[in-house]
This record gives sequence, structure tokens and C-alpha cells, in this order.
Amino acid sequence: MKIDFEHGQAAHCESGVTSNLLKKISNGKITEPLAFGIGAGLFFVYVPLIKINNGPAIAFRSMPGFIFNRTCKSLGIPVIQKKFSSKEKAEAALMESLEAGQPVGAQVGVYYLSYFPKEYRFHFNAHNLIVFGKEGDNYLISDPIMEHATTLTSYELERVRFAKGALAPKGQLYYPANQTEITDDQIRSAIKSGIKKNVFNMLSIPGPFAGVSGIKYTGNKIKRWRDKLGLKTAGLYLAQLVRMQEEIGTGGGGFRYIYAAFLQQANDYLPNPVLLQASEMFTQAGDMWRTAAVQAAGIYKGRIGSQEDFNVMGNYLLEIAEIEKKAFALLKNIKW
Amino acid sequence: MKKENVPQDLSSLGKITKEVCYATDSDGRYVTQLSDGWDVKITALDVAWQEIDGRIANAKQRVLNGEASPLLFFMELRLMDLSILADYTGFWKWQIKRHLKPGVFNKLSEKDLKKYAEAFNVKVEELKSMDVHED
Repeated sequence: MKIDFEHGQAAHCESGVTSNLLKKISNGKITEPLAFGIGAGLFFVYVPLIKINNGPAIAFRSMPGFIFNRTCKSLGIPVIQKKFSSKEKAEAALMESLEAGQPVGAQVGVYYLSYFPKEYRFHFNAHNLIVFGKEGDNYLISDPIMEHATTLTSYELERVRFAKGALAPKGQLYYPANQTEITDDQIRSAIKSGIKKNVFNMLSIPGPFAGVSGIKYTGNKIKRWRDKLGLKTAGLYLAQLVRMQEEIGTGGGGFRYIYAAFLQQANDYLPNPVLLQASEMFTQAGDMWRTAAVQAAGIYKGRIGSQEDFNVMGNYLLEIAEIEKKAFALLKNIKW
Repeated sequence: MKKENVPQDLSSLGKITKEVCYATDSDGRYVTQLSDGWDVKITALDVAWQEIDGRIANAKQRVLNGEASPLLFFMELRLMDLSILADYTGFWKWQIKRHLKPGVFNKLSEKDLKKYAEAFNVKVEELKSMDVHED
């Protein structure tokens, strides 16, 4: 059984799943950058006290699940979202949707994802893919990270849907509840609401750890890593920062390029020079995140490692915080 | 980033799939461009794995020295911490801590050993001997 569904590759799993699930009813208008921006996907947070894989917990985008929900909500599309306590019920619900012709978004763990190379498998439970059919014992899988559609056996799919640990997916399934066509007016109003939400997340979330103040906080913290952790561990921490920023699913520059692309596409719907100006600033921020990654690589490769090198690294983040602060301030003051 | 500057350094992922990058064309308009990988992130991942391999080797040695039970080795091998292992097995974290002592581990029932073996995706025999064969 195969549903009429077209696989599309994307930079990031959740914005990719969202745009692919909305492809038909939006006539392809909800691109990945639009889904990312409307879903207010851009973020930064440093979570002190928590460690992931023995390194710092740093994220460059909003909480998993947020992009799909927020995008649909802003577009006025009701969402169906289910979690399950039993594996049998989870599979039955999946089959029921597929038989009704509905491709289904699923949250899965990466660790046992058989088509990923071993080096990329960590206990990360907020990966997203689409199931769009079943042939024999194989589910047809559209993983937006992959160039082509792939398959998982029913056992493999069950295992990743019921991965354990932080953010355990509990078999979670989701899809848009109605199939009415999306109008340009709906897109326009969703763009405004997405930008507004993202401005709040980056400029106004209280506390020093999130948004642009989180970037600044992390920049200052990095300058102390060499003394505090020793060169080796500090290098590992920087490698983790780079992986969070650049590894599978960012589109480069810690999602800043996708956001810059979103603002250009937003300008097609709501022409405004400020959108293009802010877009250029996010391109600049993305470039600088990548320059910082090159500096970090110098340190974790052991090519450089003086305190001055750590200062340079930290200062990059302080500069980035300034650029992003200005860009979001511009967006905040747009008169629509 | 300009389209022509999207790096093409072949990563282990790049052998399976190229990655989508957003970059600007000659008019400054964002387009997507496929990438084979980027040396900077390939090395970041290598550094993380060297660290993990070191931890696995260290854990193995501690088990061989009689300082820890094989659970320590498998936790490192499967990148699990106490809370992930607790979630997979249904044991409490304090129970797992006890089971990390060789003396306690050696007295575990077959049923309990099975829970661990399942969580680590190995056979009970392999769990006891730390003998894992996989690609």
C-alpha cells in the first residue's frame, strides 16, 4: 500500500516534515524556510547543569514538536497528534491513517535508525520522519534528511518510535487534520505571527541562557573554559557546540541561513525592505557562526589553543549576539 | 554563504546522502545546494568518537580489573547513562548502580540479565563475556 506522496529532501527534519506534510494543500507554497519561519524555529539556548553526551547542552532551534504545531496553528490548520502507551495501539493507529490515505509524521529516536551511518547515531529522540505506506513488512519512510525515500521493517520502526530516554517519542504521530487548500492570506498572516513569536523568543525570554542573551552568555563562558576545564575537555565542548550548530539538519550556520531564506520568501508575500535588510543580517550571522566553527576546529584539532584563541572564539559569539539582536529589533518594529 | 562556497568534503554521511544547505546565488537569492560534508564538522564528530572509544576501552579495563561489572562496558558502548538505561530496563537508577558492582552482578537472576541484554541489543552470554561481534 502506497499513498500518493512525494518525498522531498530538506535541511532540517522537522521543518522538512512540516513542509512535506503541507505540500499538497499548499500547492507546494509552504517551503521548508517558510515552515521554519512561521514555526518560529530560530532559537538559541544554553542549558547549564544539564549535560548531553558529556558535553554542554546547547540548541540552535526551538523545542522539538514546536515547528509543526506552531506552523499549523498560525495557518489555522487543526492538528491531530497522538502518543501511545502500547506498541500495538501505536501500530494500529499508524495503519489506520495510512489506509485512509493520510501520510503521517512520526517522532523517532536516532540511535537505532538503521539507514543512518553508525557515527551519527546518538540517543537523540526528537528526529522526525514521514511514513507514507507499507509494502510487505516494510514501511515506506520519507526522512527529510535523506536524498531518497527509504524503508524500515515494522520491528525497526517500532523500535525507533519507542526509543527511551529524554524526549522519548512514545510512538508519537501527527498530521494536519483537514485538507482544505491554504490561501495566500493565510500564509501572510502566519508569517507575521511567526516573526512576532520569534522576536519574543530571541529578545524577551527572561533569564540569561536563552535568545540573544544566551549567545552572549555562552561567548563569555567559552573564554573561561580553557582554565576551568583544561584544554582537552574545552576542545570536546567546542566540538559539541559545532556539532549542535552544523551536524545533520541545520542548513548551515546554526539555522541562520534558513531563517535568512525565510525572510526573503516572506518579502515575496509582504514586500518590505526591512525584511530583506534583516535577511542580510542573518546571512552575516550565519557566516560568522561558521567562522566561529572554524576557530573552534582549530582548537579541537590541537592546531591552536592559547587563552587568546579562546578569547577570539568567545568574542565571535558576542558579535553574533549583537547582530542578531539588531536584526530582531528591526523585525520587532515592522509596521505591517 | 555563497552557493559556490558550500563545502564538499566527503563525510561518512556524504557516502549515503548529501545534505541540503541554504546558500545565496549570484543575485543574493537563497537557493538550496547539496553538500558532501564539511571538514570542520567531520573533525568535530571524530573528536567526539575518539572520546567515546577511550571511555569504552577504559570501561573494559575496569571490568577486567574486577572494579566494575560488564554493565559499565555496555553502557559506554551503547552511549547510555544511568537514566537512559533505567528507562530501557525498568530498573531504578540506584539498582543499576548496585548492579555495576561485580559481586552483585554475578548474582543477578537470568530474568534480570535478559533485561540488560535486551537493552544493549546483545545475548546474555555476550553480556557476561563482553564479547560482541558486530559491524
